[in-house]
Amino acid sequence: MARAVYIVDGSRTPFLKARSGPGPFTPVDLAVQCGRPLLARQPFAPDAFDQVILGCVNVIADEMNPARVAALRLGMGERMVAFTVQINCGSGMQSIDTAFRYIREGHADLILAGGAEALSHAPLVWPQQGVRWFAGLAAAKTLVAKIAAALKARPSDFKPIIGLERGLTDPVTELNMGQTAEKVGHLFGITRAQSDEYAADSHRRLARAQAEGWLKSEVETAFARDGKFYDHDDGVRPDSTPQSLAKLRPVFERPWGQVTAGNSSQITDGASWVILASEDAVARHGLAPKAAILDSQWSALDPSIMGLGPVLSATALLKRNNLSLADVETWELNEAFATQVLGCLAAWQDERFCREVLGLDGAAGTIDRARLNVDGGAISLGHPVGTSGNRIVLHLVNAMKRLGTRRGVATECIGGGLGGAMLIEAV
Amino acid sequence: MIKSQIMDVLSDRVRELGPVPEAASPYTNFKLTRDDDGIAWLLFDRAGTSANTLSADVLEEFDHVLTELETHRPAGLVIRSAKASGFIAGADVNAFRGANDARGVGIEMLRAHAVVDRLEALRIPTVAVIHGFCLGGGLEVALACQSRIAIDDARFGFPEVMLGLHPGLGGTARFPLLINPAQAMSLMLTGKTIDARRAKSLGLVDAVTQERHVRGAVKDAVFGRLKRAQPGLLNNLLNAAPARGLLANRMRREAEKTAPRQHYPAPYALIDLWERHGGDKVAMLRAEQTSFAELMVSPTAQNLIRVFFLREQMKKSARSGHGIEHVHVIGAGAMGGDIAAWCASQGLRVTLADMKPEPIAGALKRAADLFKKTVRKTTEVRDALDRLIPDLAGEGVRNADLVIEAVPEKLELKRTLYAAIEPRMKRDAILATNTSSIPLQELRVGLQRPENLVGLHFFNPVSRLQLVEVVAHDGTDAALFSRARAFVGAIDRLPLSVKSSPGFLVNRALTPYMLEAMVLLDEKIDQAVIDDAARKFGMPMGPVELADQVGLDICLDVGDMLRAKFGDALPPTPAWLRGKVARGELGRKTGKGFYTWRDGKPERIASQVIEREPSQEMIDRLILPISNVCVAALHEGIVDNADSVDGAMIFGTGYAPFRGGPLNYARTRGIEDVVTTLRNLAQKFGDRFTPDAGWETFR
Repeated sequence: MARAVYIVDGSRTPFLKARSGPGPFTPVDLAVQCGRPLLARQPFAPDAFDQVILGCVNVIADEMNPARVAALRLGMGERMVAFTVQINCGSGMQSIDTAFRYIREGHADLILAGGAEALSHAPLVWPQQGVRWFAGLAAAKTLVAKIAAALKARPSDFKPIIGLERGLTDPVTELNMGQTAEKVGHLFGITRAQSDEYAADSHRRLARAQAEGWLKSEVETAFARDGKFYDHDDGVRPDSTPQSLAKLRPVFERPWGQVTAGNSSQITDGASWVILASEDAVARHGLAPKAAILDSQWSALDPSIMGLGPVLSATALLKRNNLSLADVETWELNEAFATQVLGCLAAWQDERFCREVLGLDGAAGTIDRARLNVDGGAISLGHPVGTSGNRIVLHLVNAMKRLGTRRGVATECIGGGLGGAMLIEAV
Repeated sequence: MIKSQIMDVLSDRVRELGPVPEAASPYTNFKLTRDDDGIAWLLFDRAGTSANTLSADVLEEFDHVLTELETHRPAGLVIRSAKASGFIAGADVNAFRGANDARGVGIEMLRAHAVVDRLEALRIPTVAVIHGFCLGGGLEVALACQSRIAIDDARFGFPEVMLGLHPGLGGTARFPLLINPAQAMSLMLTGKTIDARRAKSLGLVDAVTQERHVRGAVKDAVFGRLKRAQPGLLNNLLNAAPARGLLANRMRREAEKTAPRQHYPAPYALIDLWERHGGDKVAMLRAEQTSFAELMVSPTAQNLIRVFFLREQMKKSARSGHGIEHVHVIGAGAMGGDIAAWCASQGLRVTLADMKPEPIAGALKRAADLFKKTVRKTTEVRDALDRLIPDLAGEGVRNADLVIEAVPEKLELKRTLYAAIEPRMKRDAILATNTSSIPLQELRVGLQRPENLVGLHFFNPVSRLQLVEVVAHDGTDAALFSRARAFVGAIDRLPLSVKSSPGFLVNRALTPYMLEAMVLLDEKIDQAVIDDAARKFGMPMGPVELADQVGLDICLDVGDMLRAKFGDALPPTPAWLRGKVARGELGRKTGKGFYTWRDGKPERIASQVIEREPSQEMIDRLILPISNVCVAALHEGIVDNADSVDGAMIFGTGYAPFRGGPLNYARTRGIEDVVTTLRNLAQKFGDRFTPDAGWETFR
């Protein structure tokens, strides 16, 4: 008999838009910033966890296995097992899913699962030719050989490559993520106007949530060494309108594309944690579960249309649980690109796609916009890739609590052609 | 450093002490073994102490060891300490206490020198392996070895100058010959300690390594494979007479800034010694003995030695067993923020609560700046900052073992806060207030567990002033009170137990000092003259500057509070002071008070010639009331011991250390003289100078 798995608490940092140069925090700094207040408010000691799992895509050289570095810096003790998981944009949900399975199978009772990413710290990379030049120079023994080796250099050898740009390009199809969104948009007839409208709405929703204080219990103020502090997601632009967004030029496929900086997710730093507990742990520490994780699903597809990942994974998840789209009252579908989100919605309404790809009897149906990404998403918040999957689960739980809904799904598309989905039930 | 239970289990395997010695040793303080390479390992393990120190009997025994080594000559000699605390912490200062016969001290030093000279003259390779503290006499023993190997946690220094002395076991002669003499002199003149890396770069040690490589390093050192740090050509040049004269003058000017010759003779004696004999080892060794002996019997050294023991005594009085791992500080203002930062730097987990993020952010910046200066490694700075947890929601209160309240001095505010947090606190957690003015008897009203309330009164700046007044009210639980004292000791501060009474000890004693300065200002005396008078006595800061530093608003508040209780025993607060405060001229924190402050320093007009020399009467008016209040507090039973009063005033306010504290000063000057002077001042200036009744029983 599989054991029940609860989400008992969670917190995240504000999502901080990458501006010029590295931001104030590394991935582990971010994980520590939101982890400390989370642990401080628990009725148990930080070393009571069985393990720590952290999603992180762009691990920096000073923080190999950031999960373990974070666990130690959070004072969780020498015996705390901690590992890092990486499945691109799904990493933060992969950590929850892994924790979920450990607890469900009875191998653990209390796990801290998170995601951390500081995209502003993504490195500049030397081209391979430049690296070879250095190696040649170092290997040259005599002065003459050294001079000869040095003279082989060409300026283009040292033109740095922006690591992030490579990271956001699919290595198999050589398509940038934005291009995959263009492709999905094209396949399902999404227009520029629809994308811009969706994006403006995302900003409006986040601004409202901030103004109403709905994120207070979720976002922990982050404090930097220089005396600055960060208390809100700073990528929000409440004054965005479809009209203002319409003025932006496409960034990925000029001049005719529709994906712009305005209707894409932002490049952002942030971290997020959730605490998962078994029934035993809940009883032992007197915890108050917020939600139960019922099931999860990973699916895969052609990397050039990775944006449709949520359709595959969420559908499989619902099918296994005998649920339809309409049975899910609250949805978090990660907003990698407005065009891609709208593509997913269109795919679910596409009869042939649903029959031949998803194996359904007909169109899956519609998801009411009122149920989807109720407080904005990655377009307004930003998309720290390893964190987003964690954030959407955390926020889904919090939003369901506020809205009083019973069932929710968090799902995301994943660069490389994957999709992840998680089914949550209120407790 | 990660707390590791696994490493605890393995901890006794870490240190490399050579072959296991036999249980029976012919020596009390030493163990001597030989390894397979014929190298002798001499382990120094002074009986009955936790740290190695040098005394006459230890040196005598060391002399016997040297005889054995000369008789059965080994391939080489390793000297190292068997104590966890370090190599050798210096001389046993107990032997210095009460020394009054310079000739006698000189003869003792001659004997001690002979032992160290004998070590140096051994005709085998000698290696000192140094971990932890290697100070004063300990460093001098190491300097007499041919080679020095440091473990990476080693720290080196000559703290003698803090005791009004200079090195006396050959250090003044050997140190400037081994490393750059300017650097050597600077270390001996300031008493600063350096770490192993710095010692290596100065050429003080030949290698820095870890315990696991000690055997290999020792073998290389003994068999000539370890490259020794060699004094360079520059050393010879700087040790030559012309350079010495030039450098010596510069050193004197530098020393005058922090330690005026009239109060602190030791630095000047050291500079003279080097200027006269630098480069000539034999002459300098001889001259060092005499100079050291003369300093030893000086009142400055004897008073500073007494202060050393006052600190030890206060440290020891803290005892252990506080059981505090998590401290919750409420209020991230100047005091709360700095208390939190200090606790975090001492390894505790700290939540710092405030309603607003701004003060917390400011406190974190101050902490980061402080740690950068005081914590050496960047990873340790990071860890200390990680332990300092901002807590906007005040959640830390539920898991804390100690809650320190540092909110503004308003009774109602504090009571409301206590009512809100007490039900959420652990039952056995300590509730501490940093109040400097509100009696605990008033704060405890309404508490469910008043017995858990204590005062922990820190001083500003927390990182520099070591004193913490630990305040009890008549219902404070005795066991909890001693836990609070132990906590203060554990965070490397010095506890002073005081009964709850207005101003406790330190503020009550210091306020007349500052208020009298206001009266002097009213008499149209220049503030520079007033501050100069106090500095002339030996105070680190004049009263006017101090008032600016403390904040004129706080001076005013504390003055009013004390006047309410002690009335005319205090100088009257001038009306214009209220005006100044109302205008926002609060001193350092607003940039303007009596002085104009820039970058945390008062601007003194450089060209201003101080026209009036401060009179002895002026000095007495400022200084004697401090002693008078201390006697009163002792008499009233607010504090229970005269020594700790002296310690408190020195470690809480910087009261001229070479005077040995306000009570010691009165004793030295003569009680009769002090009482008479106070009586005369009272006749001339008012009742505030009336000698306290406590003088009659004070000895």
